[in-house]
Amino acid sequence: MTTPLLTAEGIALRFGGNVALDDVSFDVRPGELFAIIGPNGAGKTSTFNCISGVYRPQSGDITFRGASLLGQRPDRIAAQGIARTFQNIELFDNLSVLENLLLGRHHLMRAPWWQAMAWQPGTRREERAARLEIEHLIEFLDLTSVRRHPVGILPYGIKKRIELGRALAMQPELLLLDEPVAGMNAEETEDMARFILDIRTELGLAMVMVEHDMRLVMDLADRVMVIDFGRRIALGTPQEVQRDPAVIAAYLGGATDEVLESAHQEQR
Amino acid sequence: MTTVAPDSNRATQDGAQHGAERSSTSRLTGQSRALRSGPGRGKALRSATRGRPRLFTSYDQDSALLNTSAKRWWTLAAISIFLVLPFWLTRDLSHLLSVAMVMAIAGVGLNLLTGYAGQISLGHPFFMALGAYTGAVVAGVPGSIVIGWEFDLSIALVLAAVIPGLVGLVVAPLATRVRGLYLAVLTLGLLMLGEQLFKQWASVTGGSGVGRAGAVPVLFGNDLERTYAVGPLLIAPHVSLYLLCLTLLVVLAVAARNLARSRTGRAFAAVRDRDIAAEVMGVNLLRTKTLAFVLSSAYAGVAGCLFAILIGRVAPEQWNILMAINLLAIVVIGGVATISGTLIGAAFVVLLPRILEWLAPWLPFVSTGSGGLITVFQLESILFGALIVLFLILEPRGLFGLWHRVRTYFATWPFSY
Ligand SMILES: Nc1ncnc2c1ncn2[C@@H]1O[C@H](COP(=O)(O)OP(=O)(O)OP(=O)(O)O)[C@@H](O)[C@H]1O
Ligand SMILES: [Mg+2]
Repeated sequence: MTTPLLTAEGIALRFGGNVALDDVSFDVRPGELFAIIGPNGAGKTSTFNCISGVYRPQSGDITFRGASLLGQRPDRIAAQGIARTFQNIELFDNLSVLENLLLGRHHLMRAPWWQAMAWQPGTRREERAARLEIEHLIEFLDLTSVRRHPVGILPYGIKKRIELGRALAMQPELLLLDEPVAGMNAEETEDMARFILDIRTELGLAMVMVEHDMRLVMDLADRVMVIDFGRRIALGTPQEVQRDPAVIAAYLGGATDEVLESAHQEQR
Repeated sequence: MTTVAPDSNRATQDGAQHGAERSSTSRLTGQSRALRSGPGRGKALRSATRGRPRLFTSYDQDSALLNTSAKRWWTLAAISIFLVLPFWLTRDLSHLLSVAMVMAIAGVGLNLLTGYAGQISLGHPFFMALGAYTGAVVAGVPGSIVIGWEFDLSIALVLAAVIPGLVGLVVAPLATRVRGLYLAVLTLGLLMLGEQLFKQWASVTGGSGVGRAGAVPVLFGNDLERTYAVGPLLIAPHVSLYLLCLTLLVVLAVAARNLARSRTGRAFAAVRDRDIAAEVMGVNLLRTKTLAFVLSSAYAGVAGCLFAILIGRVAPEQWNILMAINLLAIVVIGGVATISGTLIGAAFVVLLPRILEWLAPWLPFVSTGSGGLITVFQLESILFGALIVLFLILEPRGLFGLWHRVRTYFATWPFSY
């Protein structure tokens, strides 16, 4: 068995008396697409926030490539190769698409401010190289026609794509996607699924995806973890998870019940 | 959008060389569509680009500071006009323009902090004062109470940037932990603390109500208070000071503009718009905010040093909240996060009182001696206040934004979309 890229061991996170995560453990293997599902408020986004250093779990440990991430600032964690998108789009609205994507490369660039002020050859070269990289992404994500627009005025579906682009621009080893197709119509969902598949096959990135769209999860994921009220209730392949009685119980009566059912039907 | 990537027809000719440095993201596009961005490569034919000002033929050109020929011509014209102006204007008016340019330097610094990095500061006059007194001590003449070392102005100007910058570095850890209104209040506290300090520290500032002269302008050994003859041109003291201010303004504004379009400038804007997302993208929050604070303090310091030289004598009471508001007005009226806007804003804020003075005799409600409802001074305050509010609500990008709108309107005229 290969050594995992990311491991979380018994992480617990509380906000006052409110338990967001309780003894959650999992690992993500290189090149794997790992999905996290669960009802609203289960603790999926909180898990991401713990990994990227926005929240600090009260106990447990998270390691990336063997080194602990706990207590590190988010920007240090980002520089180690973990990129993410956000559930509620967190783009820099006043900046153009280009500038947003270039920001993804911030940690890969070195030119210090005093050189930038004089726009020395080093700075110019670095900016040009970054721009070249970004243009590839813009082409890949089909953003050519909007690359100069301020992000704030663009429609929701495109913003989601820009956020994916910004995360990819960081050239990560692990990509965290928080509900990449939430609020999208069937066609946009299809596009996003294609992008995710392309990223997998071309870049071989490991990904963790939080998603409510069960079809997408069951189609794409290698392994699925289910959490409910902050506790892990199942972890395994999509087939195993769907048959798990605890999962069925957790989803019973939930809004996602029928979706899970329909995914069941399709598997058969 | 008329922007195009450099044409890929000729990609094969250096495709091999490019292939070696193919990056991970280029794999996503599936093929080696080498987009060349080197200088001079991938240039489109001149005839094809003529008359299409927004058609860029290389990334370098696209991201250049003056990326259209129209911009280049306007900048050249503006600089030439401003070079000639002091020889043509009265001493008094060119002095006023010099003050406007100095306020523009301070405004550019404040815009880096407030406009780009999103930290509202009322403490800017404090850093201007630090610059003024650093300059006065280093290059000033000693008096009965004040000290002065009579060094060259070049040294004084450098130190007038360094000392306020260092003080900014000391204050920054406090300032970067609070935001928005809290930062405004904190920097206001700094301003008041500074005023007390300057009133007490008579050996440096001349003391309360007395003040002291600024640095003596001896630049690289040339006494700028003498009149020089360069060929047929007579360069009077007020002209050389004007030219000094102009040079420093151009250099510092270009430097700020360069910074704004670099990695650092993008980090400023990211921290301003969404600090948590910025951090998750790899931006070091504390470092970025601190840098903005330090740089803006250094800009303020240089402006303060020049300001004291122009005004002749500065008192500790001068660096007050009114000045802080004037500086914020320059940033807001000129346009948040635009350097060229700040230049317009500074001209506007410094020249408006003079224009109102000229207009006063024709305005029946303004008193010029007796009668009338309000004084010129009150009218000025009312106008500034109203303009700040109006711009904040209607056009946050300030005069620069207004100009931008007018331009796009006429660019698409007679079509309304
Ligand atoms: N900053 C916070 N302060 C207090 N409570 C929080 C905070 N962040 C998350 N929580 C709580 O932690 C729990 C898990 O929230 P989380 O956002 O991780 O859910 P989720 O699984 O992402 O849900 P959704 O599907 O709605 O996105 C919730 O009960 C939430 O109220
Ligand atoms: Mg969530």
